Amino acid sequence: MLAIFKREFASYFSNPMGYVFLAVFYFFSGMYFSMILKYNSTDITIVFSYLFEVLMFIIPLLCMRLMSEEKKQKTDQLLMTSPVSITGLVMGKFLAALAIYGMALAVTVVYAVILSFFASPEWAVVVGNIFGSLIMGAAMIAICLLISACTESQIIAAIGGLATMLFLWMIENVASLLPDSLAWLGNALSQLSFSSRYDNFCSGILNISDILFYISAIVVFLFFNVRVIEKRRWS
Amino acid sequence: MIEVKNLTKYYGDKHAVDGISFSVKQGEILGFLGPNGAGKSTTMNILTGYISSTSGEVKIGGYDILENPIEAKQKIGYLPELPPLYMDMTVQGYLGFVYDLKKCKIPKKQHIDDVCRRVRIDHVQKRLIKNLSKGYRQRVGMAQALIGNPEVLILDEPTVGLDPKQIIEIRDLIKVLGERHTVILSSHILSEVQAVCDRLVIINGGKIVADDTAENLTRKLSKDFRYIIRIEGPQEDIRKVLSSIPGMKEVLYNGEKEPGAHEFSLESDPTLDIRREVFHRIVSRNWTILSFRSTEMTLEDIFLQLTTGDASAAETTLAHAQEEEDAAAAAEEPEAESIKIVNPDTGLEEEIDVKDGAPEIVEGFDTKAVEDSINATKENGGEE
Repeated sequence: MLAIFKREFASYFSNPMGYVFLAVFYFFSGMYFSMILKYNSTDITIVFSYLFEVLMFIIPLLCMRLMSEEKKQKTDQLLMTSPVSITGLVMGKFLAALAIYGMALAVTVVYAVILSFFASPEWAVVVGNIFGSLIMGAAMIAICLLISACTESQIIAAIGGLATMLFLWMIENVASLLPDSLAWLGNALSQLSFSSRYDNFCSGILNISDILFYISAIVVFLFFNVRVIEKRRWS
Repeated sequence: MIEVKNLTKYYGDKHAVDGISFSVKQGEILGFLGPNGAGKSTTMNILTGYISSTSGEVKIGGYDILENPIEAKQKIGYLPELPPLYMDMTVQGYLGFVYDLKKCKIPKKQHIDDVCRRVRIDHVQKRLIKNLSKGYRQRVGMAQALIGNPEVLILDEPTVGLDPKQIIEIRDLIKVLGERHTVILSSHILSEVQAVCDRLVIINGGKIVADDTAENLTRKLSKDFRYIIRIEGPQEDIRKVLSSIPGMKEVLYNGEKEPGAHEFSLESDPTLDIRREVFHRIVSRNWTILSFRSTEMTLEDIFLQLTTGDASAAETTLAHAQEEEDAAAAAEEPEAESIKIVNPDTGLEEEIDVKDGAPEIVEGFDTKAVEDSINATKENGGEE
């Protein structure tokens, strides 16, 4: 698992992907941050609440290559015939993408420190926000990783990931479109909303059910990922 | 070392591998031969645990590939048809990754350098794999399989894309590796298999059609034994001597190919080996054998026969050859215990025990040995 993590992490920087991801993230988060400064606010949560839309677009790009390219280049033959479990393989890849995302997110600590020169920010809220973004991003990575494992094409993986992210973003709107007779379904769907749960974090609410929601999403999608790869051997 | 039992693989409705069973001993180099689409790569992918079989059992060094995959895979080095290379890595970085992946315990830098030296890629270690030529990529793939000194090497067409000099180098390398490792090698280059492998498994349409050494296959499949011999000496006398050899079916004169040297085509009974007798008889008359060769089928002929329309005929021949051999062996043994000869002094039949003697006596081949036995009998009789 460690070997796969190391290779994936290094490969983000041996081709432009890692740099592009970090640059895009830093650019947009910096833009939102400069907006707070302009309005003389110390409320860093605005940065985080806008981050959702940015992540929605760039996380699928971060993960599109991870599984699909292995299959296309037949390098999965090396991984699958090595003494490594499939769980280890999936975890290695997941953690490598998460590490890059963590590097991106780390920049918000810098923003908080800058703000602390003007007024003392509410550190509990800042830590809660960073934590919320981290586990929400991790759940997004787990979903996009699964989509990447289902195809041989990076492009399809990226588009599939993007579509799924958009759906999760709009899931409450979709739920409200349902007729009254299907209200139970609408309720269930809106419970799956990534954005409304994320908004709770942004407004400083640290809800155990929200944390559990994202963590279980990570576990479920990584588990599916292992099964998808396992299934490929049997088909 | 490797045991395969009743391996079957379906792709949907297609029967890719159909009840294959074979085993490979430690230190053996097994050649896996078959036309395209015969199921070679599928079998290799199953052996290495990349895909699973529909039914059947694979054991590597006693570990089942499905039940103890980690232990079994630790024993295997696999070079797939297309070397699994990451184009954006350097050779050194890639081999380091493979080293970590296989959880090797040997000193890292030294081991990687050593492997690179063996496949002669030490001078490209710092280069990106995508900038290497096909031959070098193939060798990096080979190096990847060797990392961790696995007990079993499974190589799927290892010499594809190499130039003739590199092919010879890789073959020599495989031969050297065969001394310490168990090797399974697939190829459709027959001379390669013949040069490198101890044993051949020929597979066609997902089934094993032959499993033997190249020599035995050639011998079994050749329906009749033909030899071409060139002898310096009087033509008519030679012909007479050759015709009188037991088991000789036909002697044809091919003409005077060199001044004073005559060439004959000989056809013999396939159950008898006439070569020694021919040699003794010619040499004892002080004629010179200039050349003596058999016109057996080449491996190429066998391969074609087994894998094309003739397959069923060839299989029948193989089965038939086996039966004949068994029958001959069964028939030979009791006879070999004693031999009846007429004692020229007494005119009575006597039995000589030849259990420990040379078996050729039975066939009436080694005339000298028979004479010796007769003399021995005489002496014994005299003493009594």
